[in-house]
This record gives sequence, structure tokens and C-alpha cells, in this order.
Amino acid sequence: MSTVPATSLEALLASREVLVFCGSGGVGKTSTAAATALAAAVHLGGRVLVLTIDPAKRLADALGLEGFGNDARRVPDDVLRRAGLTPRGELWAAMLDTKASWDDLVQRHAPDPATAERILSNRLYDNLTSRFVQSHDYIAMERLYDLHATGAYDLIVVDTPPSRNALDFLDAPQRMADFFGGRLLRWLTVPYRIGGGRGARLVNFASKPFYQVADRILGTQFLQDIAEFFLNFESMYDGFVTRARAVEHLMHDPRTAFTVVTTLEGAPWREAEFFVRELRERRFHLGALVLNRVLPDAFRDPAVAAAADRFVDDADALAAVVAASDPSAASADPAAVARVLRTLGASYRNFAVVATREAELRNRLARAPDVVVTVPTFAEDVHDLGGLARIGTYLLGGVDPVTG
Amino acid sequence: MPGLLDRRLLFVTGKGGVGKSTVTAALALLAAERGKRVLLVEVDAKGNLTNLFEHPAVGFEPREVHPGVFAMQLDTEASLREYLKLNLRIPVVGRIGPIANVFDFVANAAPGVKEILIVGKVCWEVRESVEGRAPWDLVIVDAAATGHVLAQLDAPRTIRDLVQTGPIRNQTEWMLDILSDPALTALNVVTAPEEMPVNETIELVERAATGSTVPLGAVVVNRVLPEPFTTADEVVFEALAAEPVRSTLEASVGPGVDGVFDAARLAVAMRRSRVVHLDHLRRAVDLPLLLVPYLFVRDHGLRVTRMVAEALAAELGE
Repeated sequence: MSTVPATSLEALLASREVLVFCGSGGVGKTSTAAATALAAAVHLGGRVLVLTIDPAKRLADALGLEGFGNDARRVPDDVLRRAGLTPRGELWAAMLDTKASWDDLVQRHAPDPATAERILSNRLYDNLTSRFVQSHDYIAMERLYDLHATGAYDLIVVDTPPSRNALDFLDAPQRMADFFGGRLLRWLTVPYRIGGGRGARLVNFASKPFYQVADRILGTQFLQDIAEFFLNFESMYDGFVTRARAVEHLMHDPRTAFTVVTTLEGAPWREAEFFVRELRERRFHLGALVLNRVLPDAFRDPAVAAAADRFVDDADALAAVVAASDPSAASADPAAVARVLRTLGASYRNFAVVATREAELRNRLARAPDVVVTVPTFAEDVHDLGGLARIGTYLLGGVDPVTG
Repeated sequence: MPGLLDRRLLFVTGKGGVGKSTVTAALALLAAERGKRVLLVEVDAKGNLTNLFEHPAVGFEPREVHPGVFAMQLDTEASLREYLKLNLRIPVVGRIGPIANVFDFVANAAPGVKEILIVGKVCWEVRESVEGRAPWDLVIVDAAATGHVLAQLDAPRTIRDLVQTGPIRNQTEWMLDILSDPALTALNVVTAPEEMPVNETIELVERAATGSTVPLGAVVVNRVLPEPFTTADEVVFEALAAEPVRSTLEASVGPGVDGVFDAARLAVAMRRSRVVHLDHLRRAVDLPLLLVPYLFVRDHGLRVTRMVAEALAAELGE
């Protein structure tokens, strides 16, 4: 097992078993994760799985994930070949189905089928699994653990759910354990225990001030529903806590590395900085930082900037020269040429402002991870294997797999 | 139907990364500049909404962060405390301690409980204002992201269906009256001309129209890139970038001309790939679209908020 810091993303892919991609919403995390898995399967070989959370429809289609729910599917070699790629290994893809994963989990941990059934049919269950703040985060980590434990993959690349706080998923296993092991849960279900166990009526509900208040706010029936649900859920406590610990262990394992993805815009960047800091403080293994959708270097090239300035400042004079040089062409109208030259210069200057802002942010990065890779902004959306392969080129810093 | 800013309650949602908070702040700024007294509510707090006014973070008590704009950060415990005090006459001395803890726990798991405290507080401010007991002309909420906003806004209905008796149930009625009244309330969606944000917007608008009683307002499309050339000018551009003119320009201007041409091609291609998504949105959604241009600026803060507000003002007219 390698714990030596990897100096390139390629080295990271070759030495780790799990790569967790994180970053704030809208920075291209899902495409970057998929591109990384594709690059690993194509260039390094082995069995590579990408676990995506909520891919854009066209990307899901490209990976063959449409309608496949929770199962991992192999992306067929001929699909890769049609995209101009010659894979050394296998690319597998899976999408996270939160509901199905929770149902599996309940089936597995419930002490008996009747309890599982009671939990699955409780009207609070759907809500807990779909809306409990850490539910998506937890189930994503749980699925990852499951897939890793099969030992079927050489590398698993995992996308993380869009959380309000991008770090929530790291806390999810601990919170799940707290949730089920909590004194609060016991307290909440006390009237049931006093009343004679599961399903009993609430005989001394009214005796405690808390229940009086809660009862006045929420109504007795609602409280009963909640208590009954938790009482059933509690029967799964041991299984849950054991798993939550195991998941947490995997996250800290040296075979697992984190990759932070960000664009060079204010808000995502601040979140990425926070992420890098937190991962270090909590002793997770920060493997790489991906700067995504960065404007090309031409926007910061002094020669190009000088040309753009001349286009704006000397538009009329330049237009006269151009018109005189080729009087028959589309460029014969000096007024039109001058207008286009000004537009060209102004458009360049606009983007140069953004490029400067990006460079300032990049320079501000303190304590960067060992591997920092930059993926330029593409004119077109990335929604097929060719596009993912193109991102992969920049990630690995090698030659374009399609065009050579 | 009153104009957007003439309603009393605006919710603003959007997918992460599209600029939801900036647009929310800009709407508040615009309304304030039109003479309204605005309560700006941050829910799901990251605590950075007031950065957009270059003002330090605020708490549960509204603070004037800009002339006419009062901001507050909604948290469930403070809402619960206020609720208990106002409605149940339960004395709340100091910390609510175990009650708040247990409540937080229940609220995490039970549907609609957390949400109703948020929506309830917002509706309360609107009702108090309409009846002249609170000073707000307009309440603007930086609401949950697209995936969760309907659960948030439909909380009173969820609660009404789940809770059989008790004061919370009784209060869902007047909240629903406010939330479903198109003269008072509108849910607005911020998006960007990209695949995922546009798809999420279309999905949300469909779900809101079929499964919710909250009236929809406008869709704000943020970061729209300019179209650099007219069709005629594009022909001229191609002529300039091709030989022999390219060499003529290079001789006069220097070696940077190709870089300028490449940059223009990138700008045009970026614009075109985004227009596809904008057109898709336009066809799929029957709501006013307010377009906010991509801002080529270096800084953030009040200046950007003001630029977005100006763009919104131009789109809203009046």
C-alpha cells in the first residue's frame, strides 16, 4: 500500500483505490470525476468504477446509465472505441439511487422481515430517507463502502452529493451513528417503553413537561407516529453503527484520496479553500486540486493584449490599411472593419478581466496540494465520451487520446 | 396581476452555483431603490448574503444592511423560541435547552416541521405587514435550492396532512392563504444558460405548476454571454482572420493578432453553446424570463449587486 505523496494525478490514480471528488455545486464535479475514471480505464487499465450522484441526462446516456438504477454497468468497449478510445482496462459506471439504497440497508439491518416491513411502510420513512439532511450524504458513503468491499474494482472514483455544506458527507457516518445511538432518541421513545413496549399507547405521555409542550405544538397522534417509527428504527442500531464506523474508516484509509474541484470564481473558490483546509485538519488524504473551466492563457498574454489594444485604439487607421490592401473582399468596407476590430478588442479585454481575476485567485492559494491540474474552459458542453476524454487529457497532462 | 416587486412575498430559488444569492440581493436592492422597505431573509444560512451589501453577517434580528434593505438570518431555534413565546405563552427563559435539542431532532426526521418554522416566520412577517403591524413593503427570501424549495414552501400542506390537531395545524390555514395568493406571493427561479441548471428549472416549474399551490413569478437567467457579432459582421471577422488580411494586420499590429482572433472564436462558440439552452428554456417555460448579462468584472460585493439590479430593472421595465 502506497502512502507516498503522488506528484501527478496519474500517480494518484495508480496508487489509490478510492478517489473522492468534492467541491461546491456547478463547478463540473461530476464530469471531472467521470473523465478521471475514463482516463484511468483507458491509460492505466484495471477495473475502474465511477459512482455518480446526479449526472446530467446526456452524460448519463453517454455512460450507459439511463434507467439502470443502482447497479454498476460496464461501459461496453465498442462504445469506447466508437469514441476513438482504446481502453487497456474496463470502465464501469453506477448511479446512486438513494431510495433503493436505503431500502437495501433496512432489509439488511432489520432484526426480522416484519420489522423491516414496518419501517418501510411507515409514512415517516420516505421523508427520513429523502429529506433528512445527511441522508443522501450518508447513503453515498455507504454505497461506496459496499462497492469497495466487493473487491471487484481496482479503482473507484466517486462524485459527492451537492450539499449546502460541501463537507457534510464527511460527517454523515458519525452523525448517523449519533442519531441512532443518541440519548435523545431514547428519551423521545420513553413513553412507549413505560407503556409496555412497541405499539403500546402513550400512558404517561402527559407526565413530563417536554411531552406536554410537544403535545401542545404537534398533537398526540403525530408524536405517536414519530415515536413508533424510531422505536422500530432503533432495532437496527447495532448494524448501523458498525457500518458507519467502517465507512468512516475507509474515508481515512491511506488507499483513499480526496480531490477538490473548483472554478476560479469567488464563491466556489472560497469553498474550495475551506475544503482544502478542513481535509488537512481532519487528516483526510488530500490528493489533488482540479481548477476547472479556466480561461486559456492567451487572455493573459501581453502580446495579445497589445494587439487587442491596437484594435480598439487604432481601429479606423487599421481599417483603412486593410480596405486598401484588398478592395474586392468582405473586408473592403472601412466602417465595418473598424467596428469589427473594436468589437474584437473589447471582447478580448472583457475576458482578460476575468482571466486576471482567475490568476489572482490561483496565486492566493496557500498550501496547495502536491497535485494541481488545470482544465481549460471548453466552448461546448461536455456530454459525451469524447468530451470526457478531452478533459482527461488535461487531467493527466498527456496527449489527446483522440486526436493524438 | 401586480408587477413582481409590487407583491409582498418573493421566494428566490436556483441550483447551486448559478448566482441565486446575488440575484436575491439585487432584487432587494432594486425594490429599496424604488422606495420600498424590504425584509431580506436568508434561509439555509451560509451567512454570506450580507457580503453582497458589504455588510457584516446578521442574526435573527433584522438589521439595515443598505438603505431600505433589512436583512435577517432565519434559524429554526430562534423561530421556535419566538413561536413559543407568541403563540403558546410558554415562558422561554434563557436557553430552551433540551426542548430545542429534542425539537431539532424531531424536526430533522419529521416532515415539514423545520420548514414550517421557516415558512411560518416568513408568512408571519408578511401578515403583520399587510395588517400594518410590521413595516415591510416586501419580504424577499433567499430560499432553499431547486431540489428542496417545494418541500420548504409546501410545509404547511404537509403539516396539515400529517398533524391531526393542535395549534400548528390550525395555523397552516392562514399561511396557505398567503402562500397561494398570486397577488401577494411569487416563487422565482434563478438559472444559468447551461444544461443542468436549465433542466432543473424546467423540472421545478413543472412540479410547481402541477403539485404545488405556490404561484410562479419569473425566471432570472444569470450570466448570459453577449453575442459579439451580427451576421454581417461575422463575415467581416472571418475575412480579417483569413489570409491575406491576417498578415496585413499582423504586420501593423504585431504577433498578438491570432490570440485576439482565437479569443473571439472562443467567445462566439461559448455564446452559441449557451444559446441552445436558453432557447430550450424559452420553449419549455411559460414565464417571464429576465436576462442578466455575464459581468466581466474583477470584484464582488455591492458593485456587482448594483450591476445585477440595473440589469433586472431594465428587464422588468417600469
